[in-house]
Amino acid sequence: MSGFDPKKQAANIVVWLLLIAVPLWLPAVGGYIELGSRVVVLGLAALALNFLLGYTGVLSFGHAAYFGLGAYGVGMMIRYLVPSTGLGIVFGTLVGTVAAALIGPLIVRLRGVYFAMVTIAFGQVFYFIAFRWNSVTGGDDGLTGWTRQPLHFGFATVDILHKPNAFYYLVLALFALAAAVMAYLLRSPFGRTLLAIRENERRARFLGIPVDRHIWISWVISCGFVSLAGTLYALLNNFVDPRALYWTQSGDFVIMAVLGGMRSFWGPLIGAAIYVVLQDYLSSETANWQSFIGLFFVLVVLFFPRGVLGILRRKAAS
Amino acid sequence: MTQLILFDAFNGLIVGAFYALMALGLSLILNLSGVINFAHGGFLAIGGYLAYMLIPYIGFWGALIVAPLLTAVLGLIVERVLIRPLYGRDPLYSLLLTFGLAFIFEDGTRFIWGAQSLPFQVPGWLVTPLSSQYFFLTGYRLFMVLTVAIAVTGLFLILTRTRLGMRIRAGTLDLETVSVLGVNVRILRNLNFGLGIYLAGLAGVLAVGQLGLQPTVGSSLIMPSFVAIIVGGLGSLPGTLLGGLLIGVASGITTVFFPSASEAVIYVMMAAVLLVRPRGLLGEEGRF
Repeated sequence: MSGFDPKKQAANIVVWLLLIAVPLWLPAVGGYIELGSRVVVLGLAALALNFLLGYTGVLSFGHAAYFGLGAYGVGMMIRYLVPSTGLGIVFGTLVGTVAAALIGPLIVRLRGVYFAMVTIAFGQVFYFIAFRWNSVTGGDDGLTGWTRQPLHFGFATVDILHKPNAFYYLVLALFALAAAVMAYLLRSPFGRTLLAIRENERRARFLGIPVDRHIWISWVISCGFVSLAGTLYALLNNFVDPRALYWTQSGDFVIMAVLGGMRSFWGPLIGAAIYVVLQDYLSSETANWQSFIGLFFVLVVLFFPRGVLGILRRKAAS
Repeated sequence: MTQLILFDAFNGLIVGAFYALMALGLSLILNLSGVINFAHGGFLAIGGYLAYMLIPYIGFWGALIVAPLLTAVLGLIVERVLIRPLYGRDPLYSLLLTFGLAFIFEDGTRFIWGAQSLPFQVPGWLVTPLSSQYFFLTGYRLFMVLTVAIAVTGLFLILTRTRLGMRIRAGTLDLETVSVLGVNVRILRNLNFGLGIYLAGLAGVLAVGQLGLQPTVGSSLIMPSFVAIIVGGLGSLPGTLLGGLLIGVASGITTVFFPSASEAVIYVMMAAVLLVRPRGLLGEEGRF
């Protein structure tokens, strides 16, 4: 875990090179650049969820709420207040993070399945608000009538609306920033404390670690980055609807993390890639794609509980 | 105005009875096996559709008895084949598995019976209003409340008076000791799961007479059932019952004053309960 690990560094370099070169190789294998953007956005959400799920050992099933809050935040900012993509991203992320910080104290004392149940139930409040408050959120039809705005850098203006590659690199830049912050935090004493809580909460408590406060902070960080992913998701679609905050969306994030491997940093990104591509394929092939997704959940749980990276790592060890 | 409030409160009570019936089944399974059964709503829908298929052959009353039992048998099979391998693993996995099952059930019922609402025949004499002033008091609604009351009484009698029920309650407190005392915990969990699914199936048969029969009937009931469990108190079945009725009535009364908040109000109640009394209204201290 500590020190310089050449294998790990090599893996990091490969991941980043592949991500940076997406516009070059993705069309060649039959994909399109928006699909790449979607993988990176949902990968960011899954990575952020895994900060809590895989590294703190807290089972949250309600992250869609903060994802959706971020999405509505950016949409409303651009639609009603200031037509600026950058400001919208900041605002959306802030809305989701503040909501998570406020709800945190109510739930950090719960553990295990009960934590999952309460987080998922709380998520529904925001769903119903978005669903019912027609005049502001557009209700079931979603928030329309806005598009992502060009980025102004002082010296240059980048049109991210009509140039999918430019938008992809915006997404990737924010993804890199978020991933770097999370990786840094996990390596810090704070991150090590989270691991200690995951491994043995009682012992951590005996050592004098304020466990509830650590879980609260981890929850806020995790939800904050999920709302960032939510803002990017809304910008990607130029559209938000209440389904972005529905509880089934939370399940998608969890399955991505599990599918890729919860115990590894890049696992959730790989899970997101597999899941997004599979969903894209199934929904274009069959009307009953929901059944296949459900079946996929069951198969992953029964046969690949460690995820792709977990299996690879085990093979490498044996 | 009084009549309107009474009407909505009574409506809420009926909806609350559904929440309670569903939440009791969820609670049974959660307490003994630590599994959140996301597919509970799917089982409810299947109970309804089975009744729909059976009514032409054995009538409404026959279906009321047979359909929940068939649903329970399906529950026993699902537990045996899919959920049993997951005991002892991180609760995350059973959560994801039942989550996937919920997708399959919803899509499967849509595939077999279609997405549109199906007509559901209840006996004619049950549908007529009993009083012209309180027009909302139809026989069917009273019958539903009565059936739920009987089912809940039956459940509590099973839990307190039979050997199986005592073992379930003991297992909820300390499964290891129960196992050491020679009880086959696997069978216990299996039967307990079946009992919970029976309640879902029964709720399904009753619900479709009230809410209409469509594939999403279950998924709209499952979230409030979670809230019922949390409000009532984790680990307490009387609490779950109380929680279900309470949020049903609260949501009904909110409909009078602020209709668009009728769904959100139960989550506000949940937040209030968690803030003031984190273990829930009737939950035991320090259990979770």
